[in-house]
Amino acid sequence: MLKKIIIGALLSVNLMAVASEEVNVYSYRQPFLVKPLFDQFTEQSGIKVNVVFAKKGMAERLAGEGKYSTADVLLTTDISRLIELRDRDLVQVVNSDILANAIPEQFQAKDNTWFALTTRARNIYSAKRLGNIDFNYEDLADEKYKGRLCMRSGKHPYTVALVSSMISEHGKEYTLQWLQKLKANLARKPQGGDRSQVQAIHQNLCDVSLGNSYYFGKMLQDEKQKAWADAVNINFPNQKNRGTHVNISGVAMAKYAPNTKNAQALMEYLVSKPAQELYAQTNMEYPVRKDVEISPLVASWGEFKADTLALEDIAKNRKAAIMLLDQAKFDL
Amino acid sequence: MIALNNSKTWTFFSFLIALVLIVPVLVMLVGGVNASTELFSHLWQTVLPTYLKNTLFLGCLVVVLSLFFGVSSAAIITYTNIVFKKQLRWLLMLPLAMPAYLIAYIYTDLFDYAGPVQRSLRAWFNWQSPNDYWFFDIRTLPGAAVMLALVLFPYIYMLTRGAFEQQDQNLIRASRTLGFSLRQSFFRVALPLARPAIAVAASLVLMETLADFATVQYFSVNTLTTAIYDTWLGYGDLAAANALASVLMLLILFVVLAEQKSRAGLRHQSTRPSFTRELIQLSITQQLFASILCWSLVILGFLLPFVLLISMALEYSTAAQLTVLLETGVNSIKIAVIAATITVILALFFGLYQRLHQHKYRAIPQQLSGLGYAVPGTVLAMALLSTFGPIDHWLNSLLEQFGLPEPGLILSGTLFAIIFAFVVRFSAVANGTIVSGIKQIPHSLDYAPATLGAGLKRTLFKVHLPLLTPAIMVAWLLVFVEAMKELPAVLLLRPFNFETLSSQIYQLISDEMLEQGALGAILIVVFGLLPIVLLNTKKETS
Repeated sequence: MLKKIIIGALLSVNLMAVASEEVNVYSYRQPFLVKPLFDQFTEQSGIKVNVVFAKKGMAERLAGEGKYSTADVLLTTDISRLIELRDRDLVQVVNSDILANAIPEQFQAKDNTWFALTTRARNIYSAKRLGNIDFNYEDLADEKYKGRLCMRSGKHPYTVALVSSMISEHGKEYTLQWLQKLKANLARKPQGGDRSQVQAIHQNLCDVSLGNSYYFGKMLQDEKQKAWADAVNINFPNQKNRGTHVNISGVAMAKYAPNTKNAQALMEYLVSKPAQELYAQTNMEYPVRKDVEISPLVASWGEFKADTLALEDIAKNRKAAIMLLDQAKFDL
Repeated sequence: MIALNNSKTWTFFSFLIALVLIVPVLVMLVGGVNASTELFSHLWQTVLPTYLKNTLFLGCLVVVLSLFFGVSSAAIITYTNIVFKKQLRWLLMLPLAMPAYLIAYIYTDLFDYAGPVQRSLRAWFNWQSPNDYWFFDIRTLPGAAVMLALVLFPYIYMLTRGAFEQQDQNLIRASRTLGFSLRQSFFRVALPLARPAIAVAASLVLMETLADFATVQYFSVNTLTTAIYDTWLGYGDLAAANALASVLMLLILFVVLAEQKSRAGLRHQSTRPSFTRELIQLSITQQLFASILCWSLVILGFLLPFVLLISMALEYSTAAQLTVLLETGVNSIKIAVIAATITVILALFFGLYQRLHQHKYRAIPQQLSGLGYAVPGTVLAMALLSTFGPIDHWLNSLLEQFGLPEPGLILSGTLFAIIFAFVVRFSAVANGTIVSGIKQIPHSLDYAPATLGAGLKRTLFKVHLPLLTPAIMVAWLLVFVEAMKELPAVLLLRPFNFETLSSQIYQLISDEMLEQGALGAILIVVFGLLPIVLLNTKKETS
């Protein structure tokens, strides 16, 4: 009896200790998306999650903070940022069987410094009035789209990553020409985000645009934007050859993380089934886990073949891609 | 002569504080020295010339437009009998509370091809495609210039109006006795007399414009700030970004100094505002034009976007959102109040030092402290990180040596960093207002109390500070409103779990979901309005 009481007391002390446990996150991902995830994690583990959200400058902040940094977990929205963090020696190796087993091999670093959580395709959106077309990214340079192409800024990480993959596939010379032709086809100067391109198609300002897959789902769920999404087809390009360009959102552990245990717990939670389901359902992304179902809406767009180009190569070509975009004066 | 006007302590602290304030600027300059020339030549051969051209064009256009808006409205309010004068007098200040990125978003939404205006036109006239008609494109350089001018002109309006209102009416009367018409007196006496205030305000507008990133990015107008961000984020070359930011700052500095030099030697001061002003009586046509001008500024710069925000909020917001937002609103107000108070105290410290002290270089601290305004917020934030990071490290290792517990990042990881950034960035705003206030105090008042045996402290508290109260209030207000709207420093320097209204709205805008953030945007604007209204009612009653 006494033993039970003591154990009970110890357990409750332990629980209290757990309740004051924390993990600190620097996130490029947005609050509305990650907050439900963190809430669920805290509920399960008793570990409180503290967050700083930012769009840029995390690497500089981490570098400035050095060993006194209190950041544990870093969340990013594309591969290049993850690689940048690693190249600047701001992350540490995480050896976790849970992570290693849950994530397909091409979506985690060989040296265990970064891990993908979700993938997203770079789609071509085309006006429904054009009918069904089997697109390649290369086709956007075709003269028949003269004045009918809408795009966001060339400097946006999503565009840059696509250009990087074009360099890997075709080399710089071809890619520069491709960009120049793309620019010649633009209906207007690159502007807005992925959604506003679809809106422009809906308004008959253009016929084709590029955008991430999940935006389509999110527009369909938005009262006002549903009409825009209804006006377009979502196409997965290059199905007859290398496959559609995909990027990832991912996670890494900060080099000087003070709460490594909790950080690892959070990272492992993020690839757990419930978390991956949340990613799939709330943000319409492709969960990186294969045994988690994608949202029915996303599933309705059909399966697709993804480009198997190594993610690290996309990051490697980033600088070259931006130089080409400058050379083509893409945004001017 | 005032006793103690060569106080060594005052000199020491003036220079010391000014130096502390420009440390991040120096870090930026030094950081830029090692920039690789290879990247520059690439940029120069490709996009930089266009960026430069856009920057200059945008700067000029915004300044010219703001001058036109600000000076003419100030003149109309002060020197004419326009109807609804009492209301317009404060309504014209309201656009100040509207962040430029917000108004840019709202107007783009409104006037874009897909926006309601063009949609209705198409439906009305049965146009099918953009080839069927012409409509101005708002996402252009002139479009961005108009947006910026619409929210920046109140700087010029407020400072110029202040100068007009403080003007010695005897000078106007003297010119009238010499045969000038009232109109001539205005253009040849009143306006030239207000030049220092106008110049200060115009330089604030210029700096704000050139440091702007959010608006130009949204309008896809590429300027030097675009190049700064590209080199840093795209090419991953912070040194080159620092170098470009330094160039931008020196460019601004050059313009500001050139203007100062051009009016060196001109000296005018006057405070006898007690005389009633003679007002220009407008004819009916003139009334109409003056009213159209003033009301368009109020409507376009404030009322219309505000109403649109409210309608978005009504459609999309919930009561639950409001509770959360009020919490973040408290954060915003807290840091804005602290920053505004510190900034204004420092501006007074520097301004009065320049005025009352005899030191040969007495103007230097004040000029140095204003440099931060010319640096884009993000670059400044980066510089702060690379300034405070090492200091934190040094502090920690120092304490460690004494066997004390290490405090961690007490400078770079706390609100201190944000407030410091605000003070550095907005010192120029407070300086400008305080200095033009001080200029209005006749020099005779510097000396008079001393002849009666009053010391420096008494002179300051009994003479200068009371006379400066309006300027102090305006300066505080301007910094407060700026701090409420500020974005890049907050985004980069904030501690864990710390959100402000601006950071929250920005996240939504950048994901094209302003509708969800409309309520927060309204709160920013309303909190910014509070001091404007308070200031106004206070003035009315006094």
